Amino acid sequence: MIEARGLARTFRTRRGAVVAVAGVDIDVAPGELVGFLGPNGAGKTTTLRMLTTLLRPTAGSATVAGHDLATDPAGVRRKIGYVGQSGGAGTDCLVGEELVVQARLYGIPAAEAHRRAAELVERLDLTGTERRVVRTLSGGQRRRLDIAMGLVHVPRLLFLDEPSTGLDPQSRANLWEHIRSLHAEHGTTLFLTTHYLDEADALCDRILVIDQGRIVAEGTPDALKRRVSGDLVLVGSGEPERVAAIAERLGQVSELVVAERSARFRVPDGAAVLPGLLRELDGAGIAMTSVEVRRPSLDDVFLTLTGRTLRDAEQKVSA
Amino acid sequence: MTTLVQIWLIFQRAMRQSLRNPVWVIIGIVQPVLYLTLFGPLLQPLVAATPGFPPGDAYQVLVPALLVQLGMFGSLFAGFSLIQEYRTGVVERMRVTPVSRTALLLGRSMRDVVVLVVQGILLTLVAMLFGLRAPPLGIAVALVLVAVVAVATSAASYAMALLVKSEEALGPLLNAIVVPLLLLSGILLPMTLAPAWLFALSRLNPFAYVVDAERAAFQGAVVSGTVGLGLAVAVGVAALTVAWGVRTFHRESA
Repeated sequence: MIEARGLARTFRTRRGAVVAVAGVDIDVAPGELVGFLGPNGAGKTTTLRMLTTLLRPTAGSATVAGHDLATDPAGVRRKIGYVGQSGGAGTDCLVGEELVVQARLYGIPAAEAHRRAAELVERLDLTGTERRVVRTLSGGQRRRLDIAMGLVHVPRLLFLDEPSTGLDPQSRANLWEHIRSLHAEHGTTLFLTTHYLDEADALCDRILVIDQGRIVAEGTPDALKRRVSGDLVLVGSGEPERVAAIAERLGQVSELVVAERSARFRVPDGAAVLPGLLRELDGAGIAMTSVEVRRPSLDDVFLTLTGRTLRDAEQKVSA
Repeated sequence: MTTLVQIWLIFQRAMRQSLRNPVWVIIGIVQPVLYLTLFGPLLQPLVAATPGFPPGDAYQVLVPALLVQLGMFGSLFAGFSLIQEYRTGVVERMRVTPVSRTALLLGRSMRDVVVLVVQGILLTLVAMLFGLRAPPLGIAVALVLVAVVAVATSAASYAMALLVKSEEALGPLLNAIVVPLLLLSGILLPMTLAPAWLFALSRLNPFAYVVDAERAAFQGAVVSGTVGLGLAVAVGVAALTVAWGVRTFHRESA
């Protein structure tokens, strides 16, 4: 569905050339739900804008939905849907009218455009909003309208740029449900960018991690997490040194840290070592206040891959 | 054919937006009506007493010029609505559809033309209450000219809007352009009154020819060199600004 080779973009500014995307290879198969994860300023949106014909690459090539990006941008446009970061519905237009106009811009005849608008309104829980002015919609409704607009021509490939940014947790969960069903029930190939780890983790089959204009890792959320050296085990106890001494004997332990009232370390399979560990600690008469096994998060992955946490990476960009 | 349908779609959408906030259409007409009521009476004794004025009474001199002013000012600020649509992602959303970039511009410009011609008709009707006398064919030709001016200025306004992308920058930019254009057009007072150097300078302003043509049309000289020249200049400027506007809609960073 997407095949990009060495796609790159350099911007010219007064202070010289700035490399936004330094040559990325992207392969997305039909039906996949792929996330493009990285801190703000990593090059996610620039890449997306190149893949959707909004920005001309300065190097590289790509085929998107069967059409060459450089030689047939109009062909690409006919086949893809795009939901930009700032939405795209006119704030002082009516919901229903915007959907119909959008469909007609793709050359869909009026009657069919109305039928599709009605169908999408229902599918995205926007029933009753057709005669409302876009400005009066809630954040979540607005976002669902944006997605509906991206679907009027039934694209096989939909791009979503930071779909849940600015939404409250409930609207966010609801939006994820819609994205999942779009993928599961309609088989739409989805390519989304996000700087939220939980979003990439919760939604995507596969994740491409981008940092400073380069793809630094790629894989399923689980595979990426496996690249971090194991699960984090936290034992709360008044005698953390003794806990640590016993933990060290487990084998394959790394990053052992003794804090004031706890000890923590990483092992490849936290759940499997736990019973034995507890037995030994109990046998040694060590009192425990809590025990916790934490699967590695994508934040840990990002840290392992780039040496920085996502938050640090973003602060550096905004500074 | 497809492009025409697309222009129609974009036009309808823009027109609905204007009709939903008709207050702006009203505000747009207030300014020329103020000129008519507060400046027209001032002009009346001047026209009678001053040599150098074109033939006709004060309103035959003032109203055609006010139509051009309406065309210039009304459409020149059309770009503000586009900046708002740029910011809310509407422009980008439409640019990812296969719609022709010409339609994205002309659909909007056509809305401005329709709004303007309606305002022009209203202005002429009000002027008739004040005692304007002009042949209907002359008025019709004058309104066609104003429509062409509206295409030219709105296309330029959209092009500038997409280039600067901020209201704070667009306002001063438009003012910097429109004030010299206004002063050198002979809208307020005919350039026939001007000293030779100022008259020569005004000949560099395309709108000066349009104002001359409008005044001639209101005199009934519909088939005349002045009207022909004014129309040719207006069409030429419109062709240039439309080409510029379409190019900015094509531009990748738009």
